[in-house]
Amino acid sequence: MIRIPDKVVERALLMMALSSMAVLSLITVFIFREGAPLVWKVGLGEFFSTTWRPTAGHFGISLMIVGSAVVTVGALVIGVPFGIACAVVLTELAPAKVRAALKPAIEILAGIPSVVYGFLGIVVLMPAIRQVFGGPGASALAGSIILGIMVLPTIIGISIDALQAVPRSYREGSLALGATEWQTTWRVVLPAARSGIVAAVILGMGRAVGETMAVIMVTGNSVQMPGSPLDPVRTLTANIALEMGYAAGDHRAALFATGIVLFLIIMALNTLANTARGTKKTTASRAAAAPASPGGGAAALGSAPVPDKGTAAPANAARREGS
Amino acid sequence: MRLRFLLVAVLCLLWGSGCARRKAAGLTLAGSTSVQPVAEKWAEVFRQGHGGFEISVQGGGSTAGVVAAESGAAELGMCSRSLKKEEEKRVQAVTVARDAMVLIVHPKSTIVGLSLDQVRGLYSGEMRNWRDVGGADLRATVITREDGSGTRGAFEEMVMGKTLITNSALVQDSMGAVRQMVAADQAAIGYISLGIVDASVKALRIDGQEANEENIDRGSYKLLRPFTFVSKGEPTGNAKVFLDWILGPEGRELTRKEGLLPPSS
Repeated sequence: MIRIPDKVVERALLMMALSSMAVLSLITVFIFREGAPLVWKVGLGEFFSTTWRPTAGHFGISLMIVGSAVVTVGALVIGVPFGIACAVVLTELAPAKVRAALKPAIEILAGIPSVVYGFLGIVVLMPAIRQVFGGPGASALAGSIILGIMVLPTIIGISIDALQAVPRSYREGSLALGATEWQTTWRVVLPAARSGIVAAVILGMGRAVGETMAVIMVTGNSVQMPGSPLDPVRTLTANIALEMGYAAGDHRAALFATGIVLFLIIMALNTLANTARGTKKTTASRAAAAPASPGGGAAALGSAPVPDKGTAAPANAARREGS
Repeated sequence: MRLRFLLVAVLCLLWGSGCARRKAAGLTLAGSTSVQPVAEKWAEVFRQGHGGFEISVQGGGSTAGVVAAESGAAELGMCSRSLKKEEEKRVQAVTVARDAMVLIVHPKSTIVGLSLDQVRGLYSGEMRNWRDVGGADLRATVITREDGSGTRGAFEEMVMGKTLITNSALVQDSMGAVRQMVAADQAAIGYISLGIVDASVKALRIDGQEANEENIDRGSYKLLRPFTFVSKGEPTGNAKVFLDWILGPEGRELTRKEGLLPPSS
């Protein structure tokens, strides 16, 4: 039996861990190497123009950016209220039974392959839209609804983390002041978890921007400025996936360039989400310190905890509501 | 001891995966996904008659097929449109079958036929309503294929000419997807190969001519595109044997069975 020195094992594990970063950097280098020369060649003006006719040498992707934006905003309009409501129910209101049913359901929602969502969109959603509103059914609206469902697990999961990170003393303090449970949730817990919930929404946005298969199946993929939610649109991801199969030369490079734009958008969103969460961490650590202070111990006795700057507003609000 | 064993195992695995990439003796075809189904059929039957002859058929699209033939990645490239000018300089094409393209609508549509001009009008966005071509008062849902597809290239060449397909047309990435959308939408129109038309959609007469074998052979149904095999230089060896078989009686019969027409002799 050969003994492996600890150092070797440590090194090996470190290398494996770092390989994920290596893959990321390889992907970055690759898509930039494939796509950037085309942007350079046609110029930024042309690249962000509204004419996409790749076989005739026109590579303007701005309508796809609009398409992605429209569908994503639509998805958030639908997904955010439901997502946050669900997170609040799960952390604040639900009896154990409901929670036991709800949690696995949401996890399953996250596990369903996107092509299945797309298929549902085709056989259920598109005919419904066609009947109710007319038009082809394949539309930004259909994409928004499907994506609105698909972002739910992301938004719910991260919102739950944020809500659970709100210290018990906040709730206890608010309740002790005479606020009802709903007032406590609405005026104290939600504002205290705000940064985490913002991060949840941003990450949900990233999920929506990046989704491809389901979107291709239901949005119709026309490269045009949508005049209404019922018009078909093409997203950045759909553009790549639709045309990559047959593309060659500059056309292929233009699709990689589309990938660069997508990559930058996702990077920006993730950075934003991390910044938002960073703010949460500092509030949470400050809050965590609070119960240790003498004021925190008094909370249970009915006197308000001495709130620091960050939480003063919600606590005051709770007091107003309670009186 | 165990570590050494593991090391050997890993090395073997790496070695094996390297070996798996070696090319099978035989013939490789790559290109148009429209040609792919019939090419697979040809390959399957040909293989039975010529024991041990391996033919691998890959997709990728017409343009990729031309590139593959030129670079030597495949002996034969499959192409479902006429070659472009600059492609003609680099590779040569042999027509192996002809494919009739048909315009399809929902079975319940009152339209039974269109003129080529009307089709162009609908696809250019000049006519937006079925009323404009004698149908019900319904906004037309025009469905096309994505840029770069051989089917779209052939359609543009045969029907559109210099006119552009409207930006508001829906884009689907396969003929199956086009057929599915048309089958679901009473106001839709799309174009697919005659070979994959089924009862869920209705094929239109073009300029009064139904897309059937008789009309095609007589030359009165115009929307025909060639399915070609492209090669760098004259096809030789296995490629030539296979090509000759396709163009021979056995191959021609199979071509007809697949809903296509053999090249005019």
